Amino acid sequence: MNGHFDGGLGQAGAFMTARIPSFTHFLATHAPDLLPASLAGQLPAGSADIIKDLPHATTIVAAACERGVVLAGDRRATAGNLISKRDVEKVFRSDEFSAMAIAGVASVGLEFARLFQVELEHYEKMEGRSLSLEGKANRLAKMVRDNLAPAMQGLAVVPLFAGYDEETGIGRIFSYDVAGGPWEEHRFHSIGSGSVFAKSALKKLYSDDMPVSEAVLACVQALYDAADDDSATGGPDLPRKIFPVVTTITDDGFRRLPDTEAEEYSEQVIGERMRSPDGPKAPLRTGS
Amino acid sequence: MPFYVSPEQVMRDKADYARSRIARGRSCVALQYAGGILMVAPNPSTALHKISELYDRIAFAAGGRYNEYEALRKAGVTYADVTGYQFDRRDVTARALANWYAQTLGGIFTDSNKPYEVEIVVAEVGVTPDNDQIYRITFDGSVSDEPGFVAFGGQADQVAAALKERFHDGMTLTEALGAALEALAAPPAQGSGSGSGSGSAAGNGAQATELTAAQLEVAILDRARAHRTFRRLRGPRLEELLAESRATTSSGASAASDSASDAAPDAAPDAPAAQAAEATPPASDQPPTGPSAAGGDGIPKP
Repeated sequence: MNGHFDGGLGQAGAFMTARIPSFTHFLATHAPDLLPASLAGQLPAGSADIIKDLPHATTIVAAACERGVVLAGDRRATAGNLISKRDVEKVFRSDEFSAMAIAGVASVGLEFARLFQVELEHYEKMEGRSLSLEGKANRLAKMVRDNLAPAMQGLAVVPLFAGYDEETGIGRIFSYDVAGGPWEEHRFHSIGSGSVFAKSALKKLYSDDMPVSEAVLACVQALYDAADDDSATGGPDLPRKIFPVVTTITDDGFRRLPDTEAEEYSEQVIGERMRSPDGPKAPLRTGS
Repeated sequence: MPFYVSPEQVMRDKADYARSRIARGRSCVALQYAGGILMVAPNPSTALHKISELYDRIAFAAGGRYNEYEALRKAGVTYADVTGYQFDRRDVTARALANWYAQTLGGIFTDSNKPYEVEIVVAEVGVTPDNDQIYRITFDGSVSDEPGFVAFGGQADQVAAALKERFHDGMTLTEALGAALEALAAPPAQGSGSGSGSGSAAGNGAQATELTAAQLEVAILDRARAHRTFRRLRGPRLEELLAESRATTSSGASAASDSASDAAPDAAPDAPAAQAAEATPPASDQPPTGPSAAGGDGIPKP
Protein backbone atom coordinates (compact mmCIF):
# COMPACT_ATOMS: atom_id res chain seq x y z
CA MET A 1 0.00 0.00 0.00
CA ASN A 2 1.20 3.48 -0.74
CA GLY A 3 -0.97 5.22 1.84
CA HIS A 4 -3.69 5.92 -0.66
CA PHE A 5 -7.10 4.34 -0.40
CA ASP A 6 -9.76 5.18 -2.94
CA GLY A 7 -12.23 2.33 -2.81
CA GLY A 8 -11.44 1.33 -6.39
CA LEU A 9 -9.84 -1.81 -7.79
CA GLY A 10 -11.41 -4.42 -5.60
CA GLN A 11 -11.70 -2.12 -2.60
CA ALA A 12 -15.30 -1.16 -3.34
CA GLY A 13 -16.58 -4.04 -1.27
CA ALA A 14 -14.83 -2.63 1.79
CA PHE A 15 -17.20 0.32 1.83
CA MET A 16 -20.31 -1.80 1.47
CA THR A 17 -19.59 -4.29 4.26
CA ALA A 18 -21.74 -3.94 7.35
CA ARG A 19 -19.57 -3.04 10.35
CA ILE A 20 -19.47 -1.00 13.51
CA PRO A 21 -19.75 2.68 12.70
CA SER A 22 -16.21 3.59 13.69
CA PHE A 23 -13.92 5.34 11.25
CA THR A 24 -10.72 4.24 12.99
CA HIS A 25 -12.01 0.69 13.03
CA PHE A 26 -12.58 0.90 9.29
CA LEU A 27 -9.07 2.23 8.69
CA ALA A 28 -7.54 -0.37 11.00
CA THR A 29 -9.25 -3.10 8.97
CA HIS A 30 -8.78 -1.82 5.44
CA ALA A 31 -6.06 0.83 5.43
CA PRO A 32 -4.06 0.59 8.67
CA ASP A 33 -1.19 2.61 7.26
CA LEU A 34 -3.41 5.70 7.35
CA LEU A 35 -3.59 5.60 11.15
CA PRO A 36 -1.13 7.66 13.21
CA ALA A 37 -0.10 4.53 15.12
CA SER A 38 1.16 2.86 11.95
CA LEU A 39 4.61 4.24 12.78
CA ALA A 40 5.01 1.64 15.51
CA GLY A 41 8.18 -0.40 15.23
CA GLN A 42 9.38 1.33 12.08
CA LEU A 43 11.64 3.85 13.75
CA PRO A 44 15.33 3.09 13.27
CA ALA A 45 17.74 3.24 16.17
CA GLY A 46 19.19 6.65 16.82
CA SER A 47 16.00 8.52 16.03
CA ALA A 48 15.59 9.54 19.67
CA ASP A 49 17.60 12.73 19.20
CA ILE A 50 15.55 13.75 16.21
CA ILE A 51 12.29 13.04 18.01
CA LYS A 52 13.45 15.05 21.02
CA ASP A 53 13.83 18.06 18.75
CA LEU A 54 10.40 17.79 17.18
CA PRO A 55 8.04 20.62 18.09
CA HIS A 56 6.21 19.86 21.33
CA ALA A 57 2.92 21.43 22.34
CA THR A 58 2.82 22.63 25.90
CA THR A 59 0.20 23.89 28.34
CA ILE A 60 -3.55 23.29 28.27
CA VAL A 61 -6.12 24.27 30.90
CA ALA A 62 -9.79 23.38 31.29
CA ALA A 63 -12.40 24.54 33.79
CA ALA A 64 -16.02 23.53 34.16
CA CYS A 65 -18.38 26.45 34.55
CA GLU A 66 -22.00 27.44 34.43
CA ARG A 67 -23.69 25.89 31.37
CA GLY A 68 -20.55 24.12 30.19
CA VAL A 69 -16.80 24.10 30.17
CA VAL A 70 -13.86 26.25 29.04
CA LEU A 71 -10.83 24.75 27.28
CA ALA A 72 -7.80 26.92 26.52
CA GLY A 73 -4.18 26.59 25.50
CA ASP A 74 -1.12 28.77 25.01
CA ARG A 75 0.39 29.24 21.57
CA ARG A 76 3.96 28.04 21.95
CA ALA A 77 5.59 24.93 20.49
CA THR A 78 9.12 24.11 21.63
CA ALA A 79 11.84 21.99 20.07
CA GLY A 80 14.33 21.12 22.77
CA ASN A 81 15.26 24.48 24.25
CA LEU A 82 14.21 26.47 21.20
CA ILE A 83 10.86 28.02 20.44
CA SER A 84 9.82 26.39 17.19
CA LYS A 85 6.49 28.12 16.73
CA ARG A 86 4.83 31.10 18.36
CA ASP A 87 1.33 30.78 16.98
CA VAL A 88 0.60 27.07 17.11
CA GLU A 89 -2.97 26.01 17.84
CA LYS A 90 -3.53 23.03 20.07
CA VAL A 91 -7.20 23.30 20.97
CA PHE A 92 -9.54 21.77 18.39
CA ARG A 93 -13.24 21.49 17.90
CA SER A 94 -14.18 17.82 17.94
CA ASP A 95 -17.87 18.26 17.24
CA GLU A 96 -20.70 20.58 18.15
CA PHE A 97 -20.49 19.78 21.89
CA SER A 98 -16.91 18.79 22.52
CA ALA A 99 -13.32 19.84 22.00
CA MET A 100 -9.90 18.35 22.54
CA ALA A 101 -6.51 19.87 23.20
CA ILE A 102 -3.12 18.26 22.96
CA ALA A 103 0.19 18.25 24.76
CA GLY A 104 3.20 16.37 23.44
CA VAL A 105 4.54 15.92 19.91
CA ALA A 106 2.59 18.54 18.00
CA SER A 107 2.48 16.84 14.61
CA VAL A 108 1.13 13.57 15.98
CA GLY A 109 -1.35 15.54 18.08
CA LEU A 110 -2.56 17.37 15.00
CA GLU A 111 -3.23 14.08 13.27
CA PHE A 112 -5.03 12.81 16.37
CA ALA A 113 -7.29 15.82 16.40
CA ARG A 114 -8.13 15.38 12.74
CA LEU A 115 -8.80 11.67 13.10
CA PHE A 116 -10.93 12.19 16.19
CA GLN A 117 -13.03 14.81 14.39
CA VAL A 118 -13.69 12.42 11.53
CA GLU A 119 -14.38 9.61 14.00
CA LEU A 120 -17.14 11.55 15.77
CA GLU A 121 -18.65 12.92 12.60
CA HIS A 122 -18.53 9.51 10.94
CA TYR A 123 -20.51 7.92 13.76
CA GLU A 124 -22.98 10.78 13.67
CA LYS A 125 -23.59 10.43 9.95
CA MET A 126 -23.74 6.65 9.97
CA GLU A 127 -26.10 6.38 12.92
CA GLY A 128 -28.03 9.63 12.68
CA ARG A 129 -27.21 10.55 16.29
CA SER A 130 -24.21 11.80 18.20
CA LEU A 131 -22.15 9.62 20.50
CA SER A 132 -22.73 10.14 24.21
CA LEU A 133 -20.02 12.18 25.91
CA GLU A 134 -18.65 9.03 27.59
CA GLY A 135 -18.69 7.31 24.20
CA LYS A 136 -16.56 10.09 22.74
CA ALA A 137 -14.16 10.00 25.70
CA ASN A 138 -13.80 6.22 25.39
CA ARG A 139 -13.09 6.39 21.66
CA LEU A 140 -10.36 8.91 22.35
CA ALA A 141 -8.91 6.61 25.01
CA LYS A 142 -8.65 3.81 22.48
CA MET A 143 -6.90 6.09 20.01
CA VAL A 144 -4.39 7.18 22.65
CA ARG A 145 -3.68 3.59 23.67
CA ASP A 146 -3.19 2.56 20.03
CA ASN A 147 -0.40 5.11 19.99
CA LEU A 148 1.38 3.49 22.95
CA ALA A 149 4.22 1.93 20.95
CA PRO A 150 5.18 5.17 19.17
CA ALA A 151 4.76 6.96 22.50
CA MET A 152 7.34 4.66 24.06
CA GLN A 153 9.70 5.65 21.26
CA GLY A 154 9.23 9.30 22.05
CA LEU A 155 6.23 10.22 19.89
CA ALA A 156 4.03 10.73 22.92
CA VAL A 157 0.95 12.86 22.77
CA VAL A 158 -1.68 13.22 25.47
CA PRO A 159 -5.03 14.90 24.94
CA LEU A 160 -7.36 16.72 27.28
CA PHE A 161 -10.98 16.28 26.31
CA ALA A 162 -13.81 18.59 27.36
CA GLY A 163 -17.44 18.54 26.42
CA TYR A 164 -20.93 19.57 27.26
CA ASP A 165 -23.03 16.59 28.35
CA GLU A 166 -26.39 17.07 26.66
CA GLU A 167 -28.05 14.53 28.93
CA THR A 168 -27.09 16.06 32.26
CA GLY A 169 -26.57 19.63 31.07
CA ILE A 170 -23.10 20.08 32.58
CA GLY A 171 -19.58 20.52 31.27
CA ARG A 172 -17.18 17.63 31.85
CA ILE A 173 -13.43 17.15 31.53
CA PHE A 174 -11.52 13.94 30.74
CA SER A 175 -7.78 13.45 30.95
CA TYR A 176 -5.56 10.67 29.57
CA ASP A 177 -2.13 9.17 29.98
CA VAL A 178 -0.09 7.56 27.20
CA ALA A 179 -1.71 4.19 27.98
CA GLY A 180 -5.22 5.54 27.51
CA GLY A 181 -7.90 6.44 30.02
CA PRO A 182 -10.21 8.26 30.26
CA TRP A 183 -9.95 9.79 33.72
CA GLU A 184 -12.77 12.11 34.51
CA GLU A 185 -11.55 15.31 36.17
CA HIS A 186 -13.81 17.38 38.35
CA ARG A 187 -14.00 21.16 38.26
CA PHE A 188 -10.71 21.91 36.50
CA HIS A 189 -7.57 20.34 35.11
CA SER A 190 -4.39 21.14 33.23
CA ILE A 191 -1.88 19.14 31.16
CA GLY A 192 1.46 19.83 29.52
CA SER A 193 4.79 21.20 30.67
CA GLY A 194 3.35 24.22 32.48
CA SER A 195 0.46 22.30 33.99
CA VAL A 196 1.88 22.28 37.52
CA PHE A 197 1.79 26.06 37.65
CA ALA A 198 -1.46 26.43 35.75
CA LYS A 199 -3.25 23.95 37.96
CA SER A 200 -2.03 25.58 41.14
CA ALA A 201 -3.20 28.94 39.86
CA LEU A 202 -6.58 27.54 38.89
CA LYS A 203 -6.93 25.96 42.30
CA LYS A 204 -6.80 29.39 43.89
CA LEU A 205 -8.90 31.16 41.27
CA TYR A 206 -11.59 28.62 40.61
CA SER A 207 -14.98 28.55 42.23
CA ASP A 208 -17.94 26.31 41.49
CA ASP A 209 -20.50 27.46 38.95
CA MET A 210 -18.49 30.39 37.69
CA PRO A 211 -20.13 32.25 34.82
CA VAL A 212 -18.53 31.41 31.47
CA SER A 213 -16.73 34.76 31.22
CA GLU A 214 -15.15 34.37 34.66
CA ALA A 215 -14.01 30.82 33.90
CA VAL A 216 -12.41 32.17 30.71
CA LEU A 217 -10.62 34.83 32.74
CA ALA A 218 -9.45 32.22 35.27
CA CYS A 219 -8.04 30.09 32.44
CA VAL A 220 -6.20 33.05 30.90
CA GLN A 221 -4.79 33.91 34.33
CA ALA A 222 -3.66 30.31 34.82
CA LEU A 223 -1.96 30.25 31.42
CA TYR A 224 -0.21 33.50 32.29
CA ASP A 225 1.06 31.95 35.51
CA ALA A 226 2.26 28.88 33.61
CA ALA A 227 4.12 31.10 31.11
CA ASP A 228 5.56 33.03 34.04
CA ASP A 229 7.36 29.99 35.44
CA ASP A 230 7.65 27.49 32.58
CA SER A 231 9.96 28.37 29.72
CA ALA A 232 8.05 26.13 27.30
CA THR A 233 4.75 27.94 27.78
CA GLY A 234 4.13 31.14 25.86
CA GLY A 235 2.44 34.17 27.38
CA PRO A 236 0.26 36.64 25.48
CA ASP A 237 2.34 38.20 22.70
CA LEU A 238 1.14 41.81 22.51
CA PRO A 239 3.42 43.09 19.72
CA ARG A 240 2.49 40.24 17.40
CA LYS A 241 -1.09 40.04 18.60
CA ILE A 242 -0.86 36.36 19.44
CA PHE A 243 -3.15 35.37 22.29
CA PRO A 244 -4.16 32.08 23.90
CA VAL A 245 -6.74 30.00 22.06
CA VAL A 246 -9.83 29.99 24.25
CA THR A 247 -12.86 27.86 23.50
CA THR A 248 -16.14 27.47 25.34
CA ILE A 249 -18.41 24.45 25.02
CA THR A 250 -21.82 25.24 26.43
CA ASP A 251 -25.46 24.48 25.74
CA ASP A 252 -25.03 26.79 22.73
CA GLY A 253 -22.37 24.45 21.36
CA PHE A 254 -18.70 24.91 20.63
CA ARG A 255 -17.35 28.43 20.32
CA ARG A 256 -13.84 29.62 19.77
CA LEU A 257 -13.37 33.13 21.08
CA PRO A 258 -12.42 35.44 18.22
CA ASP A 259 -8.95 36.97 18.49
CA THR A 260 -10.36 40.33 19.47
CA GLU A 261 -12.12 38.80 22.46
CA ALA A 262 -9.08 36.75 23.49
CA GLU A 263 -7.10 39.98 23.24
CA GLU A 264 -9.46 41.76 25.64
CA TYR A 265 -9.07 39.04 28.26
CA SER A 266 -5.29 39.02 27.84
CA GLU A 267 -5.08 42.80 28.09
CA GLN A 268 -7.16 42.74 31.23
CA VAL A 269 -4.84 40.18 32.80
CA ILE A 270 -1.71 42.08 31.74
CA GLY A 271 -3.18 45.36 32.95
CA GLU A 272 -3.81 43.90 36.38
CA ARG A 273 -0.37 42.30 36.50
CA MET A 274 1.18 45.72 35.91
CA ARG A 275 -0.12 46.55 39.36
CA SER A 276 0.26 43.11 40.91
CA PRO A 277 2.82 41.01 38.98
CA ASP A 278 1.87 37.78 40.69
CA GLY A 279 -1.80 38.13 39.91
CA PRO A 280 -4.83 38.14 42.18
CA LYS A 281 -4.22 37.25 45.80
CA ALA A 282 -6.24 34.50 47.42
CA PRO A 283 -7.35 35.14 51.02
CA LEU A 284 -5.16 33.38 53.55
CA ARG A 285 -8.04 32.09 55.60
CA THR A 286 -11.28 30.58 54.40
CA GLY A 287 -14.10 32.93 55.27
CA SER A 288 -17.00 31.54 57.21
CA MET B 1 -29.84 -27.48 -16.58
CA PRO B 2 -30.17 -23.83 -17.49
CA PHE B 3 -31.43 -22.92 -20.91
CA TYR B 4 -29.49 -20.47 -22.99
CA VAL B 5 -30.67 -16.95 -22.44
CA SER B 6 -29.23 -14.18 -24.55
CA PRO B 7 -27.36 -11.41 -22.73
CA GLU B 8 -29.76 -8.87 -24.19
CA GLN B 9 -32.67 -10.70 -22.65
CA VAL B 10 -30.95 -10.97 -19.26
CA MET B 11 -30.18 -7.27 -19.15
CA ARG B 12 -33.66 -6.35 -20.30
CA ASP B 13 -35.24 -8.54 -17.65
CA LYS B 14 -33.07 -7.13 -14.92
CA ALA B 15 -33.80 -3.57 -16.00
CA ASP B 16 -37.54 -4.22 -16.21
CA TYR B 17 -37.48 -5.78 -12.79
CA ALA B 18 -35.62 -2.88 -11.20
CA ARG B 19 -37.68 -0.27 -13.01
CA SER B 20 -41.01 -1.77 -12.01
CA ARG B 21 -39.96 -2.15 -8.39
CA ILE B 22 -38.71 1.43 -8.19
CA ALA B 23 -41.93 2.70 -9.78
CA ARG B 24 -43.89 1.26 -6.89
CA GLY B 25 -42.25 3.68 -4.47
CA ARG B 26 -42.83 7.35 -4.07
CA SER B 27 -41.14 10.11 -5.96
CA CYS B 28 -38.68 12.50 -4.37
CA VAL B 29 -37.27 15.78 -5.63
CA ALA B 30 -34.14 17.82 -5.22
CA LEU B 31 -33.97 21.37 -6.50
CA GLN B 32 -31.87 24.47 -6.32
CA TYR B 33 -33.01 27.61 -4.57
CA ALA B 34 -31.18 30.87 -4.04
CA GLY B 35 -29.75 29.83 -0.69
CA GLY B 36 -28.79 26.27 -1.52
CA ILE B 37 -30.38 22.98 -2.46
CA LEU B 38 -33.70 21.68 -1.17
CA MET B 39 -34.62 18.01 -1.00
CA VAL B 40 -38.14 16.76 -0.34
CA ALA B 41 -39.36 13.19 0.04
CA PRO B 42 -42.68 11.87 1.25
CA ASN B 43 -41.65 9.74 4.20
CA PRO B 44 -43.72 9.18 7.33
CA SER B 45 -40.78 7.71 9.22
CA THR B 46 -38.65 10.07 11.26
CA ALA B 47 -35.96 7.46 11.83
CA LEU B 48 -35.49 5.73 8.47
CA HIS B 49 -34.28 8.50 6.26
CA LYS B 50 -34.36 8.89 2.51
CA ILE B 51 -32.29 12.06 2.63
CA SER B 52 -28.99 12.24 4.49
CA GLU B 53 -25.73 14.05 4.84
CA LEU B 54 -22.72 12.65 3.03
CA TYR B 55 -20.20 15.39 3.67
CA ASP B 56 -19.82 19.06 4.44
CA ARG B 57 -21.50 20.29 1.27
CA ILE B 58 -22.88 17.07 -0.14
CA ALA B 59 -26.18 15.32 0.45
CA PHE B 60 -27.58 11.96 -0.52
CA ALA B 61 -31.19 11.23 -1.42
CA ALA B 62 -32.62 7.95 -2.59
CA GLY B 63 -35.76 6.20 -3.64
CA GLY B 64 -36.36 2.49 -3.86
CA ARG B 65 -35.52 -0.28 -1.47
CA TYR B 66 -34.45 0.89 1.98
CA ASN B 67 -31.86 -1.74 2.89
CA GLU B 68 -30.11 -1.31 -0.45
CA TYR B 69 -29.87 2.46 -0.51
CA GLU B 70 -28.96 2.52 3.17
CA ALA B 71 -25.96 0.30 2.43
CA LEU B 72 -25.05 2.65 -0.42
CA ARG B 73 -25.45 5.69 1.80
CA LYS B 74 -23.13 4.27 4.45
CA ALA B 75 -20.61 3.32 1.78
CA GLY B 76 -20.76 6.90 0.47
CA VAL B 77 -20.20 8.36 3.92
CA THR B 78 -17.18 6.12 4.36
CA TYR B 79 -15.84 6.94 0.92
CA ALA B 80 -16.20 10.65 1.64
CA ASP B 81 -14.66 10.44 5.11
CA VAL B 82 -11.68 8.38 3.92
CA THR B 83 -11.05 10.76 1.05
CA GLY B 84 -11.41 13.86 3.21
CA TYR B 85 -9.14 12.41 5.88
CA GLN B 86 -6.41 11.47 3.41
CA PHE B 87 -6.42 14.74 1.55
CA ASP B 88 -8.43 17.76 2.60
CA ARG B 89 -12.08 18.34 3.32
CA ARG B 90 -12.37 20.38 0.13
CA ASP B 91 -11.20 17.43 -1.92
CA VAL B 92 -14.43 15.51 -1.42
CA THR B 93 -16.67 16.23 -4.41
CA ALA B 94 -20.12 15.19 -5.52
CA ARG B 95 -18.68 14.29 -8.91
CA ALA B 96 -16.31 11.73 -7.40
CA LEU B 97 -19.07 10.30 -5.23
CA ALA B 98 -21.48 10.09 -8.15
CA ASN B 99 -18.82 8.28 -10.14
CA TRP B 100 -18.17 5.90 -7.31
CA TYR B 101 -21.88 5.14 -7.02
CA ALA B 102 -22.13 4.68 -10.77
CA GLN B 103 -19.24 2.21 -10.75
CA THR B 104 -20.68 0.30 -7.83
CA LEU B 105 -24.26 0.16 -9.10
CA GLY B 106 -23.05 -0.68 -12.60
CA GLY B 107 -21.00 -3.54 -11.21
CA ILE B 108 -23.89 -4.87 -9.17
CA PHE B 109 -26.26 -4.61 -12.12
CA THR B 110 -23.94 -6.59 -14.37
CA ASP B 111 -22.60 -9.12 -11.93
CA SER B 112 -25.42 -10.12 -9.64
CA ASN B 113 -28.70 -11.85 -10.35
CA LYS B 114 -30.77 -9.18 -8.73
CA PRO B 115 -30.04 -5.54 -9.51
CA TYR B 116 -30.41 -2.93 -6.76
CA GLU B 117 -33.86 -1.37 -6.80
CA VAL B 118 -32.67 2.12 -6.08
CA GLU B 119 -32.32 5.54 -7.60
CA ILE B 120 -29.84 7.89 -6.01
CA VAL B 121 -29.23 11.59 -6.09
CA VAL B 122 -25.98 13.18 -4.97
CA ALA B 123 -26.20 16.96 -4.59
CA GLU B 124 -23.45 19.41 -3.77
CA VAL B 125 -24.00 23.02 -2.83
CA GLY B 126 -21.41 25.40 -4.26
CA VAL B 127 -20.20 28.78 -3.12
CA THR B 128 -22.45 30.34 -5.76
CA PRO B 129 -25.52 28.82 -7.46
CA ASP B 130 -23.41 28.30 -10.59
CA ASN B 131 -21.30 25.79 -8.72
CA ASP B 132 -24.22 23.71 -7.47
CA GLN B 133 -24.25 20.17 -8.76
CA ILE B 134 -26.98 17.56 -8.80
CA TYR B 135 -26.30 14.05 -10.07
CA ARG B 136 -28.78 11.27 -10.53
CA ILE B 137 -27.59 7.67 -10.59
CA THR B 138 -29.95 4.91 -11.61
CA PHE B 139 -30.00 1.20 -10.78
CA ASP B 140 -27.81 0.24 -13.75
CA GLY B 141 -25.10 2.76 -12.97
CA SER B 142 -26.08 5.39 -15.52
CA VAL B 143 -25.25 8.79 -14.15
CA SER B 144 -26.67 12.08 -15.32
CA ASP B 145 -25.90 15.65 -14.41
CA GLU B 146 -29.17 17.43 -13.66
CA PRO B 147 -28.83 21.20 -13.58
CA GLY B 148 -31.38 22.94 -11.41
CA PHE B 149 -33.69 20.19 -10.30
CA VAL B 150 -34.32 16.47 -10.44
CA ALA B 151 -37.14 14.09 -9.63
CA PHE B 152 -36.41 10.46 -8.93
CA GLY B 153 -37.96 7.27 -7.66
CA GLY B 154 -41.61 6.35 -8.25
CA GLN B 155 -43.25 8.33 -11.02
CA ALA B 156 -40.22 10.47 -11.64
CA ASP B 157 -41.19 11.50 -15.20
CA GLN B 158 -44.47 13.08 -14.21
CA VAL B 159 -43.04 14.78 -11.18
CA ALA B 160 -40.12 16.09 -13.24
CA ALA B 161 -42.56 17.47 -15.82
CA ALA B 162 -44.60 19.17 -13.12
CA LEU B 163 -41.48 20.51 -11.45
CA LYS B 164 -40.15 21.86 -14.72
CA GLU B 165 -43.22 24.06 -15.00
CA ARG B 166 -42.60 25.58 -11.62
CA PHE B 167 -38.86 25.77 -11.37
CA HIS B 168 -36.92 28.91 -12.08
CA ASP B 169 -33.54 30.20 -11.00
CA GLY B 170 -33.19 32.13 -7.78
CA MET B 171 -36.33 30.88 -6.01
CA THR B 172 -36.66 31.50 -2.31
CA LEU B 173 -36.83 28.50 0.01
CA THR B 174 -40.56 28.99 0.41
CA GLU B 175 -41.13 29.10 -3.33
CA ALA B 176 -38.94 26.08 -3.87
CA LEU B 177 -40.77 24.08 -1.22
CA GLY B 178 -44.10 25.10 -2.73
CA ALA B 179 -42.95 23.99 -6.17
CA ALA B 180 -41.63 20.71 -4.81
CA LEU B 181 -44.86 19.91 -2.99
CA GLU B 182 -47.01 20.73 -5.99
CA ALA B 183 -44.82 18.63 -8.21
CA LEU B 184 -44.95 15.71 -5.81
CA ALA B 185 -48.72 16.01 -5.59
CA ALA B 186 -49.09 16.21 -9.37
CA PRO B 187 -51.50 13.59 -10.68
CA PRO B 188 -50.28 11.23 -13.39
CA ALA B 189 -49.84 13.07 -16.66
CA GLN B 190 -53.15 13.58 -18.47
CA GLY B 191 -52.96 12.94 -22.18
CA SER B 192 -49.38 14.01 -22.39
CA GLY B 193 -48.34 10.64 -23.74
CA SER B 194 -45.12 11.03 -21.89
CA GLY B 195 -44.41 7.35 -22.11
CA SER B 196 -42.34 5.38 -19.71
CA GLY B 197 -43.66 4.72 -16.30
CA SER B 198 -46.95 6.55 -16.64
CA GLY B 199 -48.81 3.37 -17.41
CA SER B 200 -48.42 1.96 -13.93
CA ALA B 201 -50.43 2.82 -10.90
CA ALA B 202 -50.56 6.41 -9.79
CA GLY B 203 -47.22 6.57 -8.11
CA ASN B 204 -47.71 9.23 -5.57
CA GLY B 205 -51.26 8.12 -4.93
CA ALA B 206 -52.18 9.05 -1.41
CA GLN B 207 -50.10 12.16 -1.34
CA ALA B 208 -52.01 13.84 -4.16
CA THR B 209 -53.88 15.39 -1.28
CA GLU B 210 -52.00 17.81 0.90
CA LEU B 211 -48.91 16.44 2.54
CA THR B 212 -48.49 17.38 6.16
CA ALA B 213 -45.22 18.05 7.91
CA ALA B 214 -45.39 14.63 9.57
CA GLN B 215 -45.52 12.89 6.19
CA LEU B 216 -42.56 14.72 4.76
CA GLU B 217 -38.85 14.49 5.01
CA VAL B 218 -37.30 17.82 4.09
CA ALA B 219 -33.65 18.81 4.21
CA ILE B 220 -31.48 21.55 2.79
CA LEU B 221 -27.88 22.18 1.96
CA ASP B 222 -27.57 25.72 3.21
CA ARG B 223 -25.07 27.72 1.17
CA ALA B 224 -24.63 30.32 3.91
CA ARG B 225 -23.51 27.88 6.60
CA ALA B 226 -19.87 27.21 7.31
CA HIS B 227 -18.46 23.72 7.65
CA ARG B 228 -21.41 21.29 7.55
CA THR B 229 -24.19 22.72 5.43
CA PHE B 230 -26.73 19.90 5.72
CA ARG B 231 -29.81 20.65 7.83
CA ARG B 232 -33.04 18.79 8.32
CA LEU B 233 -36.17 20.90 8.44
CA ARG B 234 -38.75 19.44 10.75
CA GLY B 235 -41.24 20.14 13.50
CA PRO B 236 -42.49 23.69 13.95
CA ARG B 237 -39.93 25.11 11.51
CA LEU B 238 -41.22 22.88 8.73
CA GLU B 239 -44.87 23.51 9.55
CA GLU B 240 -44.26 27.23 9.43
CA LEU B 241 -42.50 26.91 6.10
CA LEU B 242 -45.26 24.71 4.70
CA ALA B 243 -47.93 27.19 5.71
CA GLU B 244 -45.96 30.02 4.14
CA SER B 245 -45.36 28.18 0.89
CA ARG B 246 -49.01 27.17 0.63
CA ALA B 247 -50.11 30.74 1.21
CA THR B 248 -47.90 31.99 -1.62
CA THR B 249 -48.59 29.23 -4.14
CA SER B 250 -52.36 29.01 -3.68
CA SER B 251 -52.78 32.68 -4.59
CA GLY B 252 -51.94 32.03 -8.23
CA ALA B 253 -53.45 28.59 -8.67
CA SER B 254 -56.76 29.54 -10.21
CA ALA B 255 -56.11 29.57 -13.94
CA ALA B 256 -54.63 27.50 -16.74
CA SER B 257 -54.27 24.25 -14.91
CA ASP B 258 -53.56 22.39 -18.12
CA SER B 259 -50.21 24.00 -18.73
CA ALA B 260 -48.46 21.10 -17.08
CA SER B 261 -49.73 18.60 -19.58
CA ASP B 262 -47.90 19.81 -22.65
CA ALA B 263 -44.46 19.63 -21.18
CA ALA B 264 -42.44 16.68 -22.25
CA PRO B 265 -40.53 15.28 -19.29
CA ASP B 266 -37.34 14.91 -21.25
CA ALA B 267 -37.14 18.50 -22.45
CA ALA B 268 -34.25 20.67 -21.40
CA PRO B 269 -34.64 21.19 -17.68
CA ASP B 270 -33.59 24.80 -17.56
CA ALA B 271 -36.65 26.44 -19.03
CA PRO B 272 -36.43 30.19 -19.50
CA ALA B 273 -37.26 31.84 -16.25
CA ALA B 274 -39.92 34.08 -17.80
CA GLN B 275 -41.90 31.16 -19.15
CA ALA B 276 -41.64 29.27 -15.91
CA ALA B 277 -42.77 32.24 -13.93
CA GLU B 278 -45.88 32.69 -16.06
CA ALA B 279 -46.86 29.04 -15.94
CA THR B 280 -49.56 28.82 -13.36
CA PRO B 281 -49.54 25.70 -11.27
CA PRO B 282 -52.55 23.42 -11.55
CA ALA B 283 -54.74 23.04 -8.54
CA SER B 284 -53.08 20.62 -6.23
CA ASP B 285 -56.16 19.39 -4.46
CA GLN B 286 -57.38 16.98 -7.11
CA PRO B 287 -58.22 13.57 -5.75
CA PRO B 288 -55.84 10.72 -6.38
CA THR B 289 -56.63 8.99 -9.64
CA GLY B 290 -55.44 5.55 -8.77
CA PRO B 291 -54.94 3.17 -5.92
CA SER B 292 -52.30 4.34 -3.55
CA ALA B 293 -49.07 2.52 -4.14
CA ALA B 294 -47.84 0.03 -1.61
CA GLY B 295 -44.34 1.34 -2.08
CA GLY B 296 -41.44 -0.98 -2.55
CA ASP B 297 -39.13 1.12 -0.49
CA GLY B 298 -39.47 -0.82 2.73
CA ILE B 299 -40.71 2.20 4.64
CA PRO B 300 -44.08 1.66 6.28
CA LYS B 301 -46.84 3.88 4.97
CA PRO B 302 -49.34 5.47 7.33
